[in-house]
Amino acid sequence: MMKTIKERLFNGIIKENPVLILMLGMCPTLAVTTSATNGFGMGVATMAVLIVSNLVISALRKYIPDNVRLPAYIVIVASFVTLVELLTQAYVYDLYKALGIYIPLIVVNCIILGRAEAFASKNGVFASVMDGIGMGIGFTIALTIIGLIREFIGVGSVFGLNVLPESYPGISVFVKAPGGFLIMAVVIAIMNACKIKTKANKMVEEGCDGACATCSKAENKAEDCASCPSKADCKEAKGGDK
Amino acid sequence: METSLILIIIATAFVNNVVLSQFLGICSFLGVSKQVKTSASLGTAVLFVITLSSAVTHIVYTLVLAPLNLTFLKTIVFILVIAALVQIVEMFLKKKAPQLHKSLGIYLPLITTNCAVLGVALKNVDMEYGFAQSVTAGFGTALGFLIAIVLLAAIRERFDDSDVPEAFKGAPIVFVSAALMAIAFIGFSGIKF
Repeated sequence: MMKTIKERLFNGIIKENPVLILMLGMCPTLAVTTSATNGFGMGVATMAVLIVSNLVISALRKYIPDNVRLPAYIVIVASFVTLVELLTQAYVYDLYKALGIYIPLIVVNCIILGRAEAFASKNGVFASVMDGIGMGIGFTIALTIIGLIREFIGVGSVFGLNVLPESYPGISVFVKAPGGFLIMAVVIAIMNACKIKTKANKMVEEGCDGACATCSKAENKAEDCASCPSKADCKEAKGGDK
Repeated sequence: METSLILIIIATAFVNNVVLSQFLGICSFLGVSKQVKTSASLGTAVLFVITLSSAVTHIVYTLVLAPLNLTFLKTIVFILVIAALVQIVEMFLKKKAPQLHKSLGIYLPLITTNCAVLGVALKNVDMEYGFAQSVTAGFGTALGFLIAIVLLAAIRERFDDSDVPEAFKGAPIVFVSAALMAIAFIGFSGIKF
């Protein structure tokens, strides 16, 4: 029991951090992190949906027919997102205003569907909830850190409190769109630099094991697999041996 | 107030570019921008689906959800409508235009999870757009996505020849390029409509 908790939390926060390692859920990560408070709020909202949807999906995993599982997951996730949306609207209206359209967009956050498919559909209820908590905390931490950096450089405050002297003008580009991309680039680059040998910088991509050049189905053969435009055909071709 | 449709296109495609200032559709923007050709195919598919889905979701919202006071269900209904729509478009193209279907390949089903599609549908409701305005906003947004992803792909094709610092290889340099593109697009918001 304790082992599962520890292992799942470590996995979600560090080993497979959804934002910094898996590069999932980029939209909210970049869009709402204009301040640490917004980042934290978005993280908590996503974590709530993640935990409950993981719980329900793993509880129902034996009853959901395999070929309609994705639509079923989407409906489950969308229901909880609507719930979270109504709750934030009722109790934390400022946050609801600040996050705006990105709350309903939690539905299409790849992290949630990804965990449902990769973990909750194969594991027990307890482990799935723990996975949701771990991933949720990892997501929240990443968003809060990025929000913190952007807010500090952009307006010179931390969680809405001014920490720099009044005369600091704020580099407003960091709370605008380009700042999001730039801070994300720097954060990932720092992580890459820390463990350059483990090749952490590979994108979330699946190659076809170098079989591209010899693949008969691929129209546009590419030198390296990652850039092959016919990856999907290629995989089919390998399986079907055409 | 009547907003001119041309202004909506300019506003959605350039001033509020969906990727570079709204941060929607980042996953595919980063994932499928390695080659100009594939990114152009994806962009076209997205253009097609977003324009269609903004029309359908608008009809569903005004004719079904609003009269029944079920507007709080819009997230669930929209995502189902979009998923169904993508499925239908795929089947239709497979039968009627196999050439186009083949060139779009796996990107078509993946569009369901592109948050730009759902984002446009929800935004049209927020802005209280009429039918023509919704479709135009959808088209403009998707046009913005197409422009952004093709530009990024064109930049990324040149990375092979350039000397990127070790730590910045892979994702970070793509983010840096996107940041520079976003700065350029901020210039458009100087043009106020």
